[in-house]
Amino acid sequence: MPLDASYHAKSFKSVGTRPLRPDGIDKVTGRAKYGADHNMPGQLVGLILRSPHAHAKIKRIDISKAEKLAGVKAVLTAADLPDLTNGDQGMFDILDNCMARTKVFYDGHAVAAVAAVDMATAKQALKLIKVDYQVLPHVTDVDEAVKPKAPLLHEKCFTEGGESKPKNPSNVAKITEFGHGDVEKGFAEADIVIERNFKTEQTHQGYIEPHACVASVSPDGTGELWVCTQGHFVYRNHCAMLLGMDVSKLRVTSSEIGGGFGGKTHVWMEPVALALSRKSNRPVKIVMTREEVFRASGPTSATSIDVKIGIRKDGTITAGKAELRYASGPYLSMWGELGAMTSFACYDLKNVKTRGYEVLVNRPKSAAYRAPSAPMAAFAVESVIDELAKKIGKDPLEVRIQNAAKQGTKSSYGPVYGPIGIGPTLEAARKHPHMKAPLGKNQGRGYACGFWFNFGGQTCTDVNVGPDGTVTLTVGTVDVGGSRASLALCVAEELGIPYDQVKCTVADTGALGHNDMTDGSRGTFSSSMAGIFAARNTIEVLKERAAKMWEIPVSDVAWENGHAKAVGSKYGNLAPLSLKEIAAAAGNTGGPVAGHAEIVADGAGVSFATHICDVEVDPETGRSRVVRYTVIQDAGKAVHPTYVEGQYQGGAAQGIGWALNEEYIYGKDGRLQNPGFLDYRIPVCSDLPMIDTQILEIPNPNHPYGVRGVGETSIVPPIAAIANAVSNAFGVRMTHVPMSPPRVLKALEAAKKTKKA
Amino acid sequence: MADIHLWGALRPAAGGASVVQVEAKTIRELFRKLEDAYPGMTPHLARGVAVSIDGRIYRDSWETMLPDGAEIYLLPRIQGG
Repeated sequence: MPLDASYHAKSFKSVGTRPLRPDGIDKVTGRAKYGADHNMPGQLVGLILRSPHAHAKIKRIDISKAEKLAGVKAVLTAADLPDLTNGDQGMFDILDNCMARTKVFYDGHAVAAVAAVDMATAKQALKLIKVDYQVLPHVTDVDEAVKPKAPLLHEKCFTEGGESKPKNPSNVAKITEFGHGDVEKGFAEADIVIERNFKTEQTHQGYIEPHACVASVSPDGTGELWVCTQGHFVYRNHCAMLLGMDVSKLRVTSSEIGGGFGGKTHVWMEPVALALSRKSNRPVKIVMTREEVFRASGPTSATSIDVKIGIRKDGTITAGKAELRYASGPYLSMWGELGAMTSFACYDLKNVKTRGYEVLVNRPKSAAYRAPSAPMAAFAVESVIDELAKKIGKDPLEVRIQNAAKQGTKSSYGPVYGPIGIGPTLEAARKHPHMKAPLGKNQGRGYACGFWFNFGGQTCTDVNVGPDGTVTLTVGTVDVGGSRASLALCVAEELGIPYDQVKCTVADTGALGHNDMTDGSRGTFSSSMAGIFAARNTIEVLKERAAKMWEIPVSDVAWENGHAKAVGSKYGNLAPLSLKEIAAAAGNTGGPVAGHAEIVADGAGVSFATHICDVEVDPETGRSRVVRYTVIQDAGKAVHPTYVEGQYQGGAAQGIGWALNEEYIYGKDGRLQNPGFLDYRIPVCSDLPMIDTQILEIPNPNHPYGVRGVGETSIVPPIAAIANAVSNAFGVRMTHVPMSPPRVLKALEAAKKTKKA
Repeated sequence: MADIHLWGALRPAAGGASVVQVEAKTIRELFRKLEDAYPGMTPHLARGVAVSIDGRIYRDSWETMLPDGAEIYLLPRIQGG
C-alpha cells in the first residue's frame, strides 16, 4: 500500500482547495532570496569575456596583463577546465559551451573569465585579455545551414540516422523518422492536399531573473554553490563532473527562481564560478546581464517546417507528412526529433511520416522551452488542418473532433494510446460560450490543439513531524510554479490534517537523495507521489507509536482523519490519539517521527489541450491584438486549481508573445541585434486579455490522486491558434512567426495585389 | 520472443529493421540483450532510451516487467522544459 501509485477514487478535503500561496508575502515584500540576493564573506565579482564573432578559431589568449592588474584574483580560460567528461559527448558540449576551447561558435560564446575584488576592476581586467581570433564564415539561418556549401561548424559532423552513411560532413547532425502506413497512398486517396512551408524565429524563454550564482570552493576540496536553477541536484552532478569534484562534497542550494521554463535545466556559467573560486581561493559571484542571457543562454530553436496533409471531402484526414528542421545551436540535441514526435500526435492517422533534422548553426546552444519543440510543429500542422477544413467547407473544430486520437489509436510517434484527453478538450471547446461570442470588425477566431508527453523521474522526499505536531515536508524539486503549496496539500490530505499544519521546504543537495529537475511537467506529479508515499510511511510510524502509548498490538491500530484509532470493541473506551498527541509523546515512544520515500515516478501520461482565441488585426499598422483567449486542458486532478490556472495562463501568455512579437534578429555579421527587453518585446499585462481557463479532470491512473503534469502543454497551441485567428481575420494564411506588424502588413499588401490581379 | 518496435534512429543499428525480436522479461534484460545483439545501439542506449509498454512510457524503471503480448516501443528519452 505505501508505494501503490495506482489511482483510487476518493473525496478530498485539502486537495482541490485554493489556500494563499505560502511564498507570497516574501515575494511581494522583497524578502524572498533569488540568485543574486545571496552573498558570502570575502566574495569576488566574476565576469565572463564573450566572443564578438559568430564563428572563429581561437589562435591565442593572452591573460598576462589581466592577471597583473591590482585587485584581480583569478583569470580563467578553457585550460583551467580540462575535459573530464570521459567520452560523454553531451557533457563535453556543455563544457565547451561554458568555455570555448578551440573555436567560438556564436556571438556571446565564453572565452575567458575573471574574478576581482569589485565590478570596476573585473571590467577593466576583461579589457586587458587579448584574444587572437581567426574569423571564419558563419551561418545563422536554419535553411541556409543545411545547404551543401554552407559554412561548416564541425568538420567531423557526419549526419547520423540518414538512409545511407554520408561521405561528407554537414551541419545536419542527425535525422530521425517516425510514422506508419503509406503516406503516398494516403495522399492519393485525398480530395485535397495542401503542402506548405512554415517558419518560426528563435525565441528566448524570457525568464525575468537572469542566471546568477555564488560559488565557494575550499582548499580541502569541498564546495558550496548557491544558484538559480530548475534542478540543483542536476547542477551539482554537472559541476562535480566538469570540475573533478566528489558529488557529496559539493553542496548546492537553489534560490527562489524568477522563471526558468526549461532554460535553467543545465549549467551555463556555474562551473566557471566554481573554477574561479577554486583558483582564487575566495567565493565568487556571477550574475549575467540581460544581454548575456540573450546572447549566451537558453533560446529555443528557430525552425523551418514543410508540412503536407491530405483530406477527403467527408473530413477524414488521409495522410500527414512533415519535414522538420530545428536549429540547435552549435551542438547536437533532440529538438527536431521532438518536433517529429509531437507534430501529428493529436490525430488518428492511418498514414503519417515525420522526419526531424537537428541542424547546427552559429547561434547559442538551444535549450528546452516549455514542451520543447512542440509549439512550432503544432503551428505548422494546425495551420494546414484549418486551411483544409475551410477548403472542404467544414468547421475546423469539427474536423479536429472527427480526426482526434482516442484510446486505441496508434500514435504518430509509435505506441497505441491508452485513455487520453484530446477528445474531451475538443468537446469542451465545442460547448464553450467563447465559441458563440460575436466577432467584431477586423477580428478572426482560431482554434488549435496541442500535445506534450510529460514525464516523472527520480524523486526523494522526507516528512518530519515536529514535537508540536506540525509537519515539515522536505522536497528536492525546485518550486517553479507553486508546487510547495500543492505538495503540502497532498501530504495534509494523506495524513488527514489541515493544510496549515504542513510546511513544504525545498532542501539543498546535502539533505536528500538525488532529485531530477523540475522539467517535463514533473514537479507536482513526481514530488506529490513521493510525498504521499512518505506520508504513508509516516502513518505507519505514527500507528506504532500510538500502539506503544496504548500498550496494544500495532495491528489493532488504524489511521483515520489524522488520528490513530484502536480497532475493535475491546478498545471501546480508548479515545483516538491525534497526530499532535502522538508527536508530543514521541520522545518516550522511540524518538522523532518521520517518513521517507525515494521513487522513480513513471507513468506521467501524455497531455492534450485545445485553445480558442480571437484576434483583432489593425489593417493600417498590421498590429494584432488578442482580444479573447480560452485554454481548455486536462489536469488529471487539480491539486491547487489557482496554480493550475496560472500554468494555463502563463503558457498562453508566452505563446502569445512568441506568435506576435518575439524573435532573435541577427545581423549579416552574425551578431545578435536585439539582446534586451526593449528590442526583444515580451508581452506585458497591457498586451494581454484576461485568459480564461477550463480545467478538465480525467484522473491519471498512474498517480494515487490522479494528478497529471500541467506546466508545459499550455504553450503548444497558442502560436497555431493565433495564426489561425489572424489568417481568418483577413483571409491570408500566415506562415511565418512572429506575426509582427511589418510581417502582417506585408501579407496584407500581398493579398491586396493578388485580389487586384 | 517479444516484438520490439524501434524508432527511426535505432533502425540503422538493426540493419534497417523496424521491429526486432528479443526474449526478455524486464526492461533491464531487454536493454542488455539489445546491446549484445545490436552493438550499434549502445550509444543510443547510453544517451537514453524510453520504453513504451502498451502505451505507458517508462524512462527509468528498468525492473518493469514486459508482459506477454504487450506492445513494446523504444522511444527517445525525451527532454522537457
